[in-house]
Amino acid sequence: MQLSDRILGIIVYALLTVLVVVTLYPLMYVLFASFSEGDRLMASGSLLWKPAGFSILAYERALANPAIWTGYGNTIKLVAGGIVLNLTMTIVAAYVLSRRLVLWNKLFMQFVVVTMFFNAGLIPFYLVVKGMGLMNTLGALLLPFAINTFHLIILRTAFLSLPAELEESAQIDGANHLTLLLNIVLPLSLPVISVIVLYTAADKWNMWFIPSVFIQERTLYPLQLVLREILLNNATDNISYGAGVGEAAKIGETIKYATIVISTVPVLVIYPFLQKYFVKGALVGAIKG
Amino acid sequence: MNRRSIARDFKRNKWLYVLALPVVIYYVLFQYLPMYGAVIAFQNYTPMKGIWGSEWIGLEHFRSFFNSYYFWRLLGNTVLLSLYSLLFEFTAPIVLALLIHEVRSRYIKSFVQTVSFMPYFISLIVVSSLIKDLTHSGGIVNLAYTWLTGGDGQDMLQQPGLFRGIYVLSEIWQRMGWESIIYAAALTTIPREQYEAARIDGASRLRQMISITLPGLLPTIMVMGILRMGRLLEVGYEKILLLYNPVIYGTADVVSTFVYRKGLLDNDWSFSSAIGLFNSAINLLLLLSANALSRKINQNSLW
Repeated sequence: MQLSDRILGIIVYALLTVLVVVTLYPLMYVLFASFSEGDRLMASGSLLWKPAGFSILAYERALANPAIWTGYGNTIKLVAGGIVLNLTMTIVAAYVLSRRLVLWNKLFMQFVVVTMFFNAGLIPFYLVVKGMGLMNTLGALLLPFAINTFHLIILRTAFLSLPAELEESAQIDGANHLTLLLNIVLPLSLPVISVIVLYTAADKWNMWFIPSVFIQERTLYPLQLVLREILLNNATDNISYGAGVGEAAKIGETIKYATIVISTVPVLVIYPFLQKYFVKGALVGAIKG
Repeated sequence: MNRRSIARDFKRNKWLYVLALPVVIYYVLFQYLPMYGAVIAFQNYTPMKGIWGSEWIGLEHFRSFFNSYYFWRLLGNTVLLSLYSLLFEFTAPIVLALLIHEVRSRYIKSFVQTVSFMPYFISLIVVSSLIKDLTHSGGIVNLAYTWLTGGDGQDMLQQPGLFRGIYVLSEIWQRMGWESIIYAAALTTIPREQYEAARIDGASRLRQMISITLPGLLPTIMVMGILRMGRLLEVGYEKILLLYNPVIYGTADVVSTFVYRKGLLDNDWSFSSAIGLFNSAINLLLLLSANALSRKINQNSLW
C-alpha cells in the first residue's frame, strides 16, 4: 500500500470520528442532563460526560404534565388522520392520472404539476383556510395537505410502470376500476405506498408551523406545539407543573431535557427499523424531481 | 378535440371522471383558490369588503416594499443565507458520501451512516431548543467558540454576526447524513472494474477519488444542484422563526419571515401578499433559468 493511501485513510477515519462525536454529543448531553440533579447540573457548567448526580425527578415531573399527554394524543390523531386521508387521496389521484386512455389526462397532469412550481404564498393560503371555517380544527392541518404533489408523481410513476397487459386482461375479464385498483394496482405497488405512508407520518409528527398558525386552542395543540411552549417559550408555570416555587427554578432545566427525551425517544427507537424504507423513499424521490 | 370526442370520452371513462372529482376539488380549493386570492396584493384588502369589494391600487404595495428600508436588508439576508446553504449545505453531503465510500469495513460504514441520519429524525422544535442551549453563554458550542476565537462568551444568538454560521452549521448537522443517501446510492453504480484498472495503473486512492468517484457523482450533483437553485430564495424560514429575535433581525430576517410577521402578526394582509408573490415569482424564475442553463451545459434537465 502506498504511503499516500495510508495518509488518506488516516484523514478519512479522523474526519469521520470527529463527525460521529459532533453528531452524537448533543444527544448524549440531553440524555445526561435529563438524569441530572437540578442544582448540580447548574453548577457543573456545560460539559457533561455523565449525569451530574442521578435523579429521575425530572421524568416524574415531565410525565405528570398533562399537556404532554394531550399533545401526544393530538399528534396521534393527526398522524392517523393524515395517513388515512393522504393515502386515499393520493392513491385515487395517482390512479386516475396513470390511465393513458382518458382524453384530458395530459391537461390534468399539467393542472397538478403547476402547483409544484408556483404557489400563492402564506397569506392568501391562510385567508382561504380561515375563510372555510377551519380555524382551531384538525381539518386545517389535514385537508389543505391531503395531496402532496411530489408523492402523487412518485406513485403515478409506480402505477405507470406496472405491466399494461395485466390490467388489460383484467379489464377484458370485466374488472371495473375499483377492482382493478384494489386487486391489481395496489398489491403490486405496496413498497412505494409504504414509503409514502412513512413520509406522511413523519411530516405530520413534526408539523408545528401550520398548527401554530391555525390552532389557538391549547387543548388541541399537537405535541410539537406543547414542546415549543416548554422548550422555547420557557413557559415556566408549565415546566414546573406540580413543583414548589423554589424547587421550580432548580429542576426547570432538567425537566426540559426530560421532556425532550420523552418526546423524541419513540422516534429514535423506531427509525433504525424503518431506515431502509426511508432510504428507499429518498431514492425514489430523487429519480425524478 | 371536438365536442363529440369529449362526450364519448366522458361516457366511456365515466367512473374515472367521478374518481377525479375529489382530486380536482382539492387542487381548486387549496392550490388554485389561494392563487386567485393572491390578487389582494394589488388591493387595499379589508375582510369586511372581501376580494370583490376591496379597492384596487395596482402596484402600490410592491412599490412601497421595493422602496422600503427593509427591502435590501431582506433580499440581502435571503440571498446570502441561501448562497451559504448552496455552498456548504450542498457540498457537505457530497463530502460525507466520498468519505464513507473510502471506508472498507461494512460495519463501520453502516454505523457512521446510522449515526449521521439520526439528527434528521429529531423535530425542528427540539433541534432549535438544543441550538439555543448549546450556543447560550456557558453552552458547549459557545465554550468552543470562545476558546477558538477569544470571544467574550455572551449568548451567540444575540450576536448578528454569528447567525448565518449557526444557521448553516446546524442545518448541516441535521441534514448532511440524510442528504448523502442519494450520493451513496449513485456511488454504488460505479463499476468495480474501473477501480481495479486504476489500481493496476498505480493510481493512489486520492487519484481514484478524483478521477473515478467524483466524475461518477457528477450527474447526480447536477440534478440536485438544479433542484436546489429553484429553492434559492426559499430558506428554511421555520427554523429562523424559532431562532431569531429583534436584536439579530439585521442578519436573520428574510423575506418569508417578514411576510409572516407583517401578514400574521400585524394583519397587514395585502402588503404581505405582495411580498410573498414577489418571492414566489423570483423562485420560479430561478428554477426556470437553472433548468435552461443545465440543459445547455449537459442536456441534463428536469423536464
